Amino acid sequence: MSSSDNTHPLVKWIDERLPVFTFLNHELRDYPTPRNLNYWWSFGSIAGIVLVIMILTGVMLAMQYTAHVDYAFDSVERIMRDVNYGWLLRYLHVNGGSMFFIVIYIHLFRGLYFGSYKSPREILWGLGVIIFLLMMATAFMGYVLPWGQMSFWGATVITNLFSAIPLVGDSIVSWLWGGYSIDNPTLQRFYALHYLFPFLIFAVVFLHLVALHVSKSNNPLGIEAEGPQDSIPFHPYYTAKDFFGFGVFFLVFMGFVFYAPDFFGEPDNYIPANPLATPPHIVPEWYFLPFYAILRAVPDIEVFGYILITAKLAGVILMFGSILILFFLPWLDFSKVRSARFRPIFKQFFWIFFVDCLVLGWVGANPPEGFFVVLGRIGTAFYFAYFIIIIPLIAYFEKPRPLPESISAAVLGGKKGEDS
Amino acid sequence: MTAKAQDTGAAGDDETRRDFLLLTTGVVGAAGAALSAWPFIDSMNPAADVLALSTTEVDLSPVEAGQSITVVWRGKPVFIRHRSEQEITAARAVDLSTLRDPVPDEDREIKPQWLVVVGICPHLGCIPLGQKPGQPRGEWGGWFCPCHGSQFDTSGRIRKGPSPTNLVVPPYQFTEDTSIRIG
Ligand code: HEM
Ligand code: FES
Repeated sequence: MSSSDNTHPLVKWIDERLPVFTFLNHELRDYPTPRNLNYWWSFGSIAGIVLVIMILTGVMLAMQYTAHVDYAFDSVERIMRDVNYGWLLRYLHVNGGSMFFIVIYIHLFRGLYFGSYKSPREILWGLGVIIFLLMMATAFMGYVLPWGQMSFWGATVITNLFSAIPLVGDSIVSWLWGGYSIDNPTLQRFYALHYLFPFLIFAVVFLHLVALHVSKSNNPLGIEAEGPQDSIPFHPYYTAKDFFGFGVFFLVFMGFVFYAPDFFGEPDNYIPANPLATPPHIVPEWYFLPFYAILRAVPDIEVFGYILITAKLAGVILMFGSILILFFLPWLDFSKVRSARFRPIFKQFFWIFFVDCLVLGWVGANPPEGFFVVLGRIGTAFYFAYFIIIIPLIAYFEKPRPLPESISAAVLGGKKGEDS
Repeated sequence: MTAKAQDTGAAGDDETRRDFLLLTTGVVGAAGAALSAWPFIDSMNPAADVLALSTTEVDLSPVEAGQSITVVWRGKPVFIRHRSEQEITAARAVDLSTLRDPVPDEDREIKPQWLVVVGICPHLGCIPLGQKPGQPRGEWGGWFCPCHGSQFDTSGRIRKGPSPTNLVVPPYQFTEDTSIRIG
């Protein structure tokens, strides 16, 4: 059916040999999409466009950048001062990194709120978590490249985490470094991997979309689209809606690039790396702050006066655990109802959880002393309790509100679900 | 043997033999593939030239009692402190059972007046303060790590804060009365 739409003889000739046009038609034009998607559903395609921008600006930067401890800092300064539009490429890349995380965090919380991780979308969700992990690794290694003080010391603190692993920890760390400290071999391998990982992300994004096109989009009501009356073709309806979203997004993005390009940055990173002097206060990039808070939250775990797990190891386990637990969410939340709109108790706890993540971010930005230690522990305890205890309990005890008969009945029947 | 196998039905026997061959070649192949990953992994370990730079000679004669110097060994700072009498006494007077990582001061140096430790906080790798006059040295007069507040005594032992262990004593020898080789 769709291939018959390709009437131009050249299009037909190509399509019969390599069915790209059939494919695009099928996946973009005819692709049935729930008719009630709101703007929270625009963030997936925004994330896609950001990935393309990161790769484009990254490749251009790579043509000017030198991955060597003696030249890296100066080569970035040269990009900023001498290379034509180098400042623009770099500020697009730097702020693009922050935008990427904002967009992904919104995308992820959208999924949490509307229950998009539930059957049959478990693998779609899991692939998303893998993308998130790869993004974190990519951004972490990218931040090392300009070889400023925060680059160096951030990398030192994070790679040293692995030394907490019993027995093999120290060998793993010197393997990661390629030496006895963060040095030239480390910078070079981080550069190679920083170049590679975005393409891995690209590949996983592709799988993410394949899985999406099998199960189709979830929607604000969280009920499946049943028939043609519940869906509309992706093109032109959602392409148009997505383009509007791009416009708004670019206003924000360019606002930072042109008016506050160093807003997300740390002034210390404009000081060349010095392996012999630690800056007084090391903070990671803002998007890692909640995880940094979890890392530092736990004390030594003692049993009868013996230290069973050191604070360092416990912190590392919890930090990785806080992300890995997302993989299990589809099974921890066994409530059949997806959308928080019909789950009064879940909805309240969702918002507490959201605030908890912000609080952890605030704790992560502050030195671990006094009040912040206590707050960090409470925040961390709640983070894990939310997934392991609260969500299963709600799934068991909560009485969801009645679901609408169908998307079309809810949307076209004049009755409107309250917006989130 | 073969005759007997044929008697009992070639098909059945063939199948078990094939299964066996499939399994063994599969296992050997998988082991080979796994082993061939090693050169790739090992190429990321410290290279020969990095290893070659792994000793540092230090002349201690210009360092007066009470002074400290920082030298670089394997890209890391090493703190060398010429300890005063009080510092040595303070380090030796400690009740070991109160320490997180209990090691007597005597076991942490070759000559009591020279304390040599790697200047990297065992917590997450920051460089503690206390080498230069005027820098905070913490409550025990050793070093203070600004990152998460670990405090070390005049023997470089952890006394307070998150570091699980003491500052590490690197391998070193006295090549002369006042000079050492680290590494
Ligand atoms: C997933 C996509 C990507 C993310 C999240 C990302 C993130 C980052 C970050 C946070 C920095 C540090 C910026 C700074 O403070 O200066 C950086 C630097 C850099 N990135 Fe990327 N990047 C991505 C893709 C790429 C790609 C595909 C390339 C090249 C092929 C690339 C090449 C570079 C270069 C050369 C630098 C150093 C120059 C500089 O610091 O401005 N990046 N990246
Ligand atoms: S790195 Fe020194 S206290 Fe954490």
